[in-house]
Amino acid sequence: MCLIARHLEANGIPTLCLGSAFDILSAGLPPRAMFVDYPLGHSAGKPFDRVDQEYIVRSALNGFNSLKKPGQIGVIDSDWGSVDWKNDASATAGEDTRQPRDTRPQYQFEEDRIAAEKI
Amino acid sequence: MHVNYMEVIRKRYENLGYQAYRWFVADDHPPWTPLRKKLSECKLGLLSTSGAYALGQIAYHYKDDSTVREIPSNTQPDDLRFSHITENYLVNPRKDPNCILPTETLHTLVRKKVVQSLADTVFSCMGGTYSQRRVKDEIAPEILKNFKRQDIDCALLVAM
Repeated sequence: MCLIARHLEANGIPTLCLGSAFDILSAGLPPRAMFVDYPLGHSAGKPFDRVDQEYIVRSALNGFNSLKKPGQIGVIDSDWGSVDWKNDASATAGEDTRQPRDTRPQYQFEEDRIAAEKI
Repeated sequence: MHVNYMEVIRKRYENLGYQAYRWFVADDHPPWTPLRKKLSECKLGLLSTSGAYALGQIAYHYKDDSTVREIPSNTQPDDLRFSHITENYLVNPRKDPNCILPTETLHTLVRKKVVQSLADTVFSCMGGTYSQRRVKDEIAPEILKNFKRQDIDCALLVAM
């Protein structure tokens, strides 16, 4: 995402990256970034929590005004509510959680495959 | 304390006997384009790197898929799907896509005049592309071309 943001910005489009991995944002150094300390998969908020989602996305967009220095990362003060997920996310042992590197489309449901192949 | 994903993933792969993961680490200052309008006057573009696709579209594959999906921003959540090499992070987005593809949230913010409008279509790609070359040479130019066509004022990029 950082590479894409840099390319867009270099070609005249202001960008704001919203992410939940502070170290990856710090390394990739996109032009503007807002960080929320949530588990990956929830950069735009908790499931079905419209108040939380709106707060996070609104805060992220405010970064267009508040971030003045290229590469700056702002922090959104939302709280996931527990830190248990960080233990799992920090585990360096265990099985590979990635799916096999397969070149066939990986549909979420079989009905998706049928719908896509009809078109 | 934030999770140190880069170090954790490096160690995890090392423990599994895999080749070291090569993260992108910037060695220069990022480019910068100032926002020339008030946010409330801006047309916003959206990109999610979560591997989102709409019912009827082809899903992503898991070997450096560098394709992009264009999704109508008014697609109903029930018709949104996800495929991403790290499926373990998709449990909640598959129940509520707004966790990672915040179209409904952005429509709310348009109604509240935080931004003027959201582009009629939003974009997704699969952020699990290992090849930095393919991201630079294939995905980024495709997203740029699409955003230019939409004539947006600024873009929100939401990471998995």
